[in-house]
Amino acid sequence: MTKTLKTETKTKERRRKTPMARSESRFGVALILPAVLVVAVLVAFPLLWNVSLSFQKARLIDIQDVSIVGADWTLNNYDTVVGVRDFWSVLRTTFVYTIGGSVLSIFMGLVAALSLQGAFRGRALVRGVVLFPYVVPVIAAAFVWQVMLNPQFGIVNEWLGWFGIPAIDFLRTRSYELSVFGLFTLTIPLALTTVIFFEGWRYFPFAFLFILAALQSMPKDVDEAAYVDGATLSQKFRYVTLPALVPVISVLFLLRFIWTFNKFDDVFLLTGGAADTEVITVKIVDWMIGRGNVGAAAALGMVLAAILIVVVGLYFKFFYQEDEA
Amino acid sequence: MTRAQFEERFFGTLKWISIVFFTVIALFPLLYMLALSFKPIQDLLLDPGRWWPTLDQISGFETYRAVIRPVSEGGFGFLTFIRNSSIVAISTVVLTLSVGILAAYSVARVNFFGRQAVSIGMILVYLFPVVIVAIPLFVMFSRMGLRDSLYGLIIVYLASTLPVTLFMLRGYFQSIPVELEEAARVDGLSRLGVIRKITIPLAAPAIAAVALYVFMIAWNEFLYALLFILEKRELWTLSLGVNQLNSQEVPKTMLMAGSVIISLPIIVLFFAAERFLTEGLTAGGVKG
Repeated sequence: MTKTLKTETKTKERRRKTPMARSESRFGVALILPAVLVVAVLVAFPLLWNVSLSFQKARLIDIQDVSIVGADWTLNNYDTVVGVRDFWSVLRTTFVYTIGGSVLSIFMGLVAALSLQGAFRGRALVRGVVLFPYVVPVIAAAFVWQVMLNPQFGIVNEWLGWFGIPAIDFLRTRSYELSVFGLFTLTIPLALTTVIFFEGWRYFPFAFLFILAALQSMPKDVDEAAYVDGATLSQKFRYVTLPALVPVISVLFLLRFIWTFNKFDDVFLLTGGAADTEVITVKIVDWMIGRGNVGAAAALGMVLAAILIVVVGLYFKFFYQEDEA
Repeated sequence: MTRAQFEERFFGTLKWISIVFFTVIALFPLLYMLALSFKPIQDLLLDPGRWWPTLDQISGFETYRAVIRPVSEGGFGFLTFIRNSSIVAISTVVLTLSVGILAAYSVARVNFFGRQAVSIGMILVYLFPVVIVAIPLFVMFSRMGLRDSLYGLIIVYLASTLPVTLFMLRGYFQSIPVELEEAARVDGLSRLGVIRKITIPLAAPAIAAVALYVFMIAWNEFLYALLFILEKRELWTLSLGVNQLNSQEVPKTMLMAGSVIISLPIIVLFFAAERFLTEGLTAGGVKG
């Protein structure tokens, strides 16, 4: 009796699948709802509010009165942030910092991955140690660099002293005249260059891991074919390895570009934005905390987002191919 | 010598130089930090080249004591910061995992309307500038009275770690054979039962990796802490505590001691779980 009942309900279910699909759907939504709510309230809503804030007069001191929609919208904040004397130089610094940091970290990651891909004694340990710069809290990393580069007692200047080079204040020198073998002098933006080296140092492990994974998933037979054909190591790299790495490198560049462009901590902790190293994120926090102008901070945030969207859009238009990713 | 032989030898040597180079640049700053954290500042100023400490200095723990001592006794009160950082980081891990595991399972396995949209939305969130979210959150929390509280910080960390969690776990959940889950269903487990008894145990390595990441993100975070809790010293996390040591009045050796204190748990955790982490990193593309 019960048996027939069961088969009956089963056939019923099989005939009209909707209730089951509906319960499946409900189950899925229930599982994801908490996550969506959290992100909606704490990320999506603030993003929208930022748009509205950027068109309002909003000061830190009367923050309790700042409304969600805003009474009278104005473009004043945009005028203010674009009108300041250093707006364009901040923008240029941001681009130099972002592109320099991304390229350097990917290049270092590539060299590291190529060197560490083969087998050697202690490889596992070295592969772990090499990830340190990326794992250490940014605040500790930035402060060690500060101390190492300190002109009075930093170890780097001590080493430079061995070669008779006078102490250099790496993080506070806007531009430095570097004499190349006495032939000509190069003027380099020293503090900015130092910050870019910090980025390269800190994020090369990230590129290293991705490129290493790509190297290891490469088919061995292509390698062997190149060997049989008598390709030298440099030829093999140029014609076999590098082309195969192009997809992972272009994805890495996109990711690193976006994240470096949005990065605040590194520059803030290293230089505080001094000596021509002020990037747009540091400027945003300065507008907000330093000058107490929340509206202007929001407006500059919109500028940041707009640039990012344009750059990423261009990337997808010109560099991205479906089969690459 | 043919060109091939030359290159073989040349790159063979270069490889070793490069291995040494990368090991040194990764390791030296940390060793320097550790060494300096034990030295009295006068010693360092006298001879910056002798950066390694003596045994007496190491066993003395002078700088560490000064940093850890409560403010009332003339120290910097790092014990409070360690406690706050632990509370924040552990709560974030627990919350993110409980919300994230369910969400990731849903996106990986369950058919529902809007599944694609949720995935794309999370990617966008993941790529969006933190600073832009921080400004309105600052206003919002000020008005809700959530600023100057660890709860505020924890829920912000929850929101900012959820997307990573979702990605890393979704990929792993999808790699678990569906047949296993179906078999368990046939044997009478409910859908939630499947998650609890099949998915979670099988995904344990991935979950451990995610837990470590989330812990690291919350432990290392600086911007939100700076914006939200700067005014209440007793709520400071370690990053704010270390930041405070970066001033003209405080000897740099103490700054290094503070830096060691914030780094040590992370490095220990990292070594304990390195294998999971490196695999997880490339799987999820963890932000940094």
